[in-house]
Amino acid sequence: MNDLLNNDLLRLMLFLPEQASTFAVSVDRLHYFVITTTMVASLLVGVTAIYFFFRYRRISETQTTPLVHPTVGFEVAVVSIPLALFLTWFVIGFGDYAKLANPPPDAMDVYVMGKQWMWKFAYPDGPNSVGVLHVPANRPVRLLLTSRDVIHSFFIPAFRLKQDVLPNRYTETWFQATKPGRYQVLCAEYCGTQHSKMWATVIVLAPEAFDAWLKEQQRGLVARADILADPDMVSIQGNLVEQGKRVAMDQGCLRCHSINKAVNDTERHIGPTWLDLYQRPTKLTTGATIIADEAYLTESMMEPNVKIVFGYQPIMPSYQGKLSGPDAAAVVEYIKSLRSDASELQPVKGPLYEQLRQ
Amino acid sequence: MSSSASSPPATANSAPAISPGHYTFPEHHYLNNGKTVRSWLLTLDHKRIALLYLSVVLVSFLLGGIFAMVIRIELLTPGPTIIEALTYNRMFTLHGVVMIFLFMIPAIPAVFGNFFLPIMIGAKDVAFPRWNLVSFYLYLFGAILAVWGMVNGGTDTGWTFYTPYSTTTAQGVLPVLLGVFVIGFSSILTGLNFIVTVHTLRAPGITWFKLPLFIWAIYATAIIQVLATPVIGLVAMLLSAESAFGFGFFDPARGGDPVLFQHLFWFYSHPAVYIMVLPAMGVISETVAAYSRKNVFGYGMIAASSLGIAFVGFFAWGHHLFTSGQSAFDAGAFAVISMLVGVFTAIKVFNWVGTLYKGAIAFTAPFAYICGFLFFLVFGGMTGVALATVSLDIHWQDTYFVIAHFHFIMVGAVIMGFLAGLHYWFPKMFGRTYHEGWSLVAAALIVLGFNATFIPQFLLGNAGMPRRYYEYPERFQALNVASTAGASLLAFGFIIIAIYLGFALLYGPVAGPNPWGSRGYEWMTPSPPPTENFDVTPSYEHPPHDYTDDAVDDPGFAPARTT
Repeated sequence: MNDLLNNDLLRLMLFLPEQASTFAVSVDRLHYFVITTTMVASLLVGVTAIYFFFRYRRISETQTTPLVHPTVGFEVAVVSIPLALFLTWFVIGFGDYAKLANPPPDAMDVYVMGKQWMWKFAYPDGPNSVGVLHVPANRPVRLLLTSRDVIHSFFIPAFRLKQDVLPNRYTETWFQATKPGRYQVLCAEYCGTQHSKMWATVIVLAPEAFDAWLKEQQRGLVARADILADPDMVSIQGNLVEQGKRVAMDQGCLRCHSINKAVNDTERHIGPTWLDLYQRPTKLTTGATIIADEAYLTESMMEPNVKIVFGYQPIMPSYQGKLSGPDAAAVVEYIKSLRSDASELQPVKGPLYEQLRQ
Repeated sequence: MSSSASSPPATANSAPAISPGHYTFPEHHYLNNGKTVRSWLLTLDHKRIALLYLSVVLVSFLLGGIFAMVIRIELLTPGPTIIEALTYNRMFTLHGVVMIFLFMIPAIPAVFGNFFLPIMIGAKDVAFPRWNLVSFYLYLFGAILAVWGMVNGGTDTGWTFYTPYSTTTAQGVLPVLLGVFVIGFSSILTGLNFIVTVHTLRAPGITWFKLPLFIWAIYATAIIQVLATPVIGLVAMLLSAESAFGFGFFDPARGGDPVLFQHLFWFYSHPAVYIMVLPAMGVISETVAAYSRKNVFGYGMIAASSLGIAFVGFFAWGHHLFTSGQSAFDAGAFAVISMLVGVFTAIKVFNWVGTLYKGAIAFTAPFAYICGFLFFLVFGGMTGVALATVSLDIHWQDTYFVIAHFHFIMVGAVIMGFLAGLHYWFPKMFGRTYHEGWSLVAAALIVLGFNATFIPQFLLGNAGMPRRYYEYPERFQALNVASTAGASLLAFGFIIIAIYLGFALLYGPVAGPNPWGSRGYEWMTPSPPPTENFDVTPSYEHPPHDYTDDAVDDPGFAPARTT
């Protein structure tokens, strides 16, 4: 009986992947019901049509037939039977969907960021990773998802879980994994040439193993040089800009670079202003114009004299070896936060996430 | 007859050995009324315009089919097979745009609608013949623009143009959007023309409830065309402005909302599904009656459900956005509304099957397509309702299950309807009949091939293969190979049809006015019809498809061809 409920036979016949979350089990149960009723209905229509076909074969080319009209009872039946069947499906399905839309309050949070063409994961209290998501079995996990560029969709077939990932907006979903193991994450919303390779892995650990893993990660946090190498993730927590500001002051960057608008030439600093610098088309002494993106900003810290902004002198010292990778990333984030116009393009901070919590 | 030396029908008359029918080819008909290229390109005759549409629609279908085969061949192996990722992305965009905007939307309304709507209501032409020609040229121009844009700029967004991908991709999307915009106008004009024609040009005796069901379907379609198409025009404009001038309607970096695009896009594109399917349903209503020699069971219910689908179809778009982060309440509301479409469709299915009851059924090629249609509609329709069952959609959204579902319900229905209509009306349109045996072989190949192509895709979706995947994990390969094998059967079926219909066009036996013994109003005129549609003004004493004792001797209908 238990086997019948788990229904591995039907699952395999339908090519469904294994069921590794609580949602997968309940959604598959509805799937079997829906597909069975669909098959039965198709079969009934087909068999009736075939029976009529043999029963009422044409005998002569001039054969006449009676006028047949449906009775009121028939009309009521063909409306109400499908409607009742569909609404039954709906009631069951909507119940499950509503559960998915309301994460349990005790769920553990993980941030997910999609970008062309990778998945990044971060836990509020520290560790982050690219392409691998560790979660505990038998505990609810809430995902807070956002995209760095275009729309992606976070899809774990074994969990029957999918959530679109939108730029500049957080979406959420949750799951409770049931079986330790490795499961594939796929991108399901078309996002460019590498769309079909935008994969990641969910590693479900037994609860104790997960706690040990998390502790290990937090202990190693300080030692891991690459922990801040990924500014996208940490900036979600809103602390990277602050860190960048501190670094910029400590390192004396602001002695030469202003953070406000130069009104005229006399107010001009020794170096170009950082205000609105990010993504600004910048003319170089070579005559070329480049866009001041993350790569350029980092390069200017490490090898400042390779690309000199038109109108400035090649006098900046190199910070190669003086700034750690994470510090450099923090300074870049700080520069990115310096906008004269509104709040766009700023790293998303706590409040947005807080709204989602409610 | 000697005067038509250069037209196809006349050549056939010189081959009497294969035209043993009791009828001779009419001397004057719309095909030989003017033989210059100019007389075709500037014609105001709705039947000739229908043939102009037919030729472009068939070329589009061929193009879209070739792109589909390239996609299927590429997917034979998990890694790169014959093309690279960017080319693949362009291919599925081409396939989608060409099949939807250039083939399926105009296929039945613009070809059979144009040809038969005036004849079925006893009119000499549509209400606005000049607008009719204009809408053909808008369609042609839009089609050329879109195809040129896709080949030249290589649009890689998919036919859905989701932002912000479509506004940030390096590949050009502008010409395609403009093409879609222009085609939209063609669709609106055709719809308006049909609505006015049905209201004003019905012959005396054809009351609203004596209208053939094909007309009801086309009428419902026209309402959607007129009301929904402006929205796709609007979306194309907004998107063009965004990609050309940097307006921030949809780009979040400029304060826009990418999900707004999805709402606007599906507000048209969901009703557009019914622009494609409703006319096919109309064809099935006609053919199921003709081949079972029975009045359509539940005429009123079928007509009403066409209007019902047209109406609720406008409020179902949100079921494309179940995973986009829309609220659970929205999802629930859109789900229930979507299910009403399923109920209206079920009404039609039961009434078509009911039509067979106590009929006199002849198994012909169109009847084979009716069977295929019923299967695709029931299975495709119910998987559609299953997709609207919100929790199930979470897993299926954007996977091959959705691909398989809409190919069943939309493509399956349109192709079955189109082929049923083509085989049913071919003798009326061209005055000749085709080879019965080959037509059944092709029908069997196509129905089987269609199942063999898309049933594996339902299973691929269950297994979790997302759509628009150039490469895929190896566990999906077996089903992909099966699907490609099915697609080649399908292609083979279409090649057979092209051969025997091409042959029939030139050498087929003369059909006579009413080869099927049908009691549809369009069979009261010669085949092919004269330019004015009727030699003798018909009278409409009986409802269409009345095969009772007192209607079957109606002198308006010629007796069936006896071969």
